[in-house]
Amino acid sequence: MTRIVVGPFNRVEGDLEVTLDTARGKVRAAHVNAPLYRGFEQILQGREPMDALTLAPRICGICSVSQSVAAASALADAMGLAAPENGRLATNLILANENVADHFTHFYLFFMPDFARENYRGRAWFPAVEKRFKAMRGEAAFEAAAARAAFLHLMGYLAGKWPHTLSIQPGGSARGVDEAEKTRLHVVLRQFRHYLESRLFGAPLETVAALDGEKALDRWRGEGAAGGSDFALFLQAADDLKLERYGRATDRFLSYGNYPLAEGRMFPPGVWHRGLQALDIAAITEDVSHSRLGGVPAQLPPAEGVTLPQADKEAAYTWCKAPRLAGEVAETGALARQLVDGHALIRELVANSGGNVRNRVIARLLETARVLIAMEDWVRALKPGAPFCHHGSMPAEARGVGLAEAARGSLGHWLHVYKGRILNYQIISPTTWNFSPRDAQGTPGALEQALVGTPVAQGDEDPVLVQHIVRSFDPCMVCTVH
Amino acid sequence: MNTFNVLWLQSGGCGGCSMSLLCAESPDLIRTLEGAGINLLWHPSLSEQSGGEVRRLLERCARGEVQVDALCVEGAMLRGPGGSGRFHLLAGSGRPMIAWVRELAAVARHVLAIGTCAAYGGVSAAGDNITEACGLQYDGTLAGGLLGEGYRARGGLPVINVAGCPTHPNWVTETLMRLALGGFAAEDLDGFGRPRMYADRLVHHGCLRNEYYEYKASAEKASDLGCLMENLGCMGTLAHADCNSRLWNGEGSCTRGGYACINCTQPGFEEPGHAYQQTPKIAGIPVGLPTDMPKAWFVVLSSLSKSATPRRLKENAVADHQVVPPTLRKGKP
Repeated sequence: MTRIVVGPFNRVEGDLEVTLDTARGKVRAAHVNAPLYRGFEQILQGREPMDALTLAPRICGICSVSQSVAAASALADAMGLAAPENGRLATNLILANENVADHFTHFYLFFMPDFARENYRGRAWFPAVEKRFKAMRGEAAFEAAAARAAFLHLMGYLAGKWPHTLSIQPGGSARGVDEAEKTRLHVVLRQFRHYLESRLFGAPLETVAALDGEKALDRWRGEGAAGGSDFALFLQAADDLKLERYGRATDRFLSYGNYPLAEGRMFPPGVWHRGLQALDIAAITEDVSHSRLGGVPAQLPPAEGVTLPQADKEAAYTWCKAPRLAGEVAETGALARQLVDGHALIRELVANSGGNVRNRVIARLLETARVLIAMEDWVRALKPGAPFCHHGSMPAEARGVGLAEAARGSLGHWLHVYKGRILNYQIISPTTWNFSPRDAQGTPGALEQALVGTPVAQGDEDPVLVQHIVRSFDPCMVCTVH
Repeated sequence: MNTFNVLWLQSGGCGGCSMSLLCAESPDLIRTLEGAGINLLWHPSLSEQSGGEVRRLLERCARGEVQVDALCVEGAMLRGPGGSGRFHLLAGSGRPMIAWVRELAAVARHVLAIGTCAAYGGVSAAGDNITEACGLQYDGTLAGGLLGEGYRARGGLPVINVAGCPTHPNWVTETLMRLALGGFAAEDLDGFGRPRMYADRLVHHGCLRNEYYEYKASAEKASDLGCLMENLGCMGTLAHADCNSRLWNGEGSCTRGGYACINCTQPGFEEPGHAYQQTPKIAGIPVGLPTDMPKAWFVVLSSLSKSATPRRLKENAVADHQVVPPTLRKGKP
């Protein structure tokens, strides 16, 4: 058995270290370490409840809005407050803007540059990938970054700035929109649609959203402009490298559902494990048996959760807790959302090859197309002049739960207000699920399982396949170690 | 043009200053930097190198084999627990990030604290500051921090505090460009080490709510159009930054987004001593006076302007959209 320690990983948010035990050319065991502790759950204790709206987004610079939405939802739950239609739409637009921008950033700037590494020179697809995706030199480093920045103008209108807005309130949005601004929002979305259709997909978004299986996907790749698109280029590399064989975790998928509408969430909540199951939030616990956190029973529901750092704890190897759903490891992210929602392409891909590097990327791009179409509808539905925000007051004692989906998966906030102050605030972020350590039973977390079996060449200190697997989860470590 | 090498490290923070930096526009970030001869040696969100490649690069920088013209540090310096720095060991190195930063700061020509966490501790140092977070050369408002008050980078300057939560992309790119092009001097920094090009402005300048401010027509609840100072905690008249004259994400700013300025470029903003979205008052008068405004005059002017508030402003101030438009004057002006 040989042990290698891989890190720092870049092009993930925050710091990450992975220890791999390898034998006979394969990973036999993996330990994922989040090497940074931040202490937000302690910072929030004792504050005015509404201060969570200012502090919680600052947990994360890339899922900042998701943190705002979860915090506002937890406060709204505690206050018994519901947003007016405009407030719901504006919040959905802000959250969708972040999620889609994150998917886009992940694909163009974080994930694809690994395929432009020298070790792939000689592959048929390499010249095209290098031209498009070479880190800091490829076309995408300039033009996709520009397209992203222009798309985030939606934040300028609806959220003041990104990251770290305070527009999102428990009762809706603090930022009303007038008719002129509504028109400009359309323009921002049209401009981004144009980029997606011309470069990412080479096809209308509606065509991508309607792909209903692997056959349809293959047919689409062969047609006209789609063949020269960035998505098709990824699929070509993925086929060649057989990325559908790598990075499989437990195939138990979790989604809290996202984008509340009058008729329920656009993507519904649920669990997928060989079939669709209802989500029972009360079945979530966090385990700290292998976390550098102490002073508590090993497993607690988040509403009763405790966070006490203990740097010297024996057998602990990370600052990350181990969330479990009814005792089981779960994977979360765009793949989980699309699977639970029942998208035909994703259901078929997972039925054929499970959760893996390729399918996670496909789900992210498919979701990009679907959400942008929905955003256009939401802008059309905004009614300038009608209220954007309702108002209420916080009881002296209350509990609240706020659930949202960040780009990278399920995010939950559990709030307890006592004597008008925050008594306890517990957060389970998406990468806490995906990059969890072992639990008291010794069961490894999702990435730890996904890495087992990965081929690693003798003497390779930074195996590129390991990098693909890690980044396929679009990890956010700063959230993980809140 | 000589190449100006920038090395970027992240520690106790959210990464939001890097995400904000990626919002640089016209041109995009990489072209903006290239135009000034700036070369990113390594940036955690943008570079290809990972793992061992990065560790070796950092070692070569520390040994002086690769020149670091600017060391940019994002996120607070975590000295805990017990001064050990073990709340952040740089992945793969087993070594506290604070040790890396000390070592690299000793060889860098310039050192920039990117964001309020790196500058002063920021939100990372809030509450009981369990992680013993501080800034590179400040601990809150106190000079010192990780590197000490007397620290000067090889180029002769103290740490340049590009404070903000997050920072505006142009605050960072323009500071780097001015350093790369030469001529940036100690006089270009304010009393908290911030570049004066943005810190000698107030958030109040250019605020779209200024007419409401003039007549003390105040918002009472979130989404109201009125001035946010009297009730909703706005510190725009105190905050040193150009957020309303150099906008965010196209046409945005905090006050344009419907919420108060929380003075995020200032050391200690993480503990304002009151709820962020509520203005502390004594006898009904906001405690925080506008910058350079004598108290007696402010009280007199406020009560005078309050008595003269036009109906249009009074009604619009407490609505979430304009309910009374400006009166149209017909005929020749």
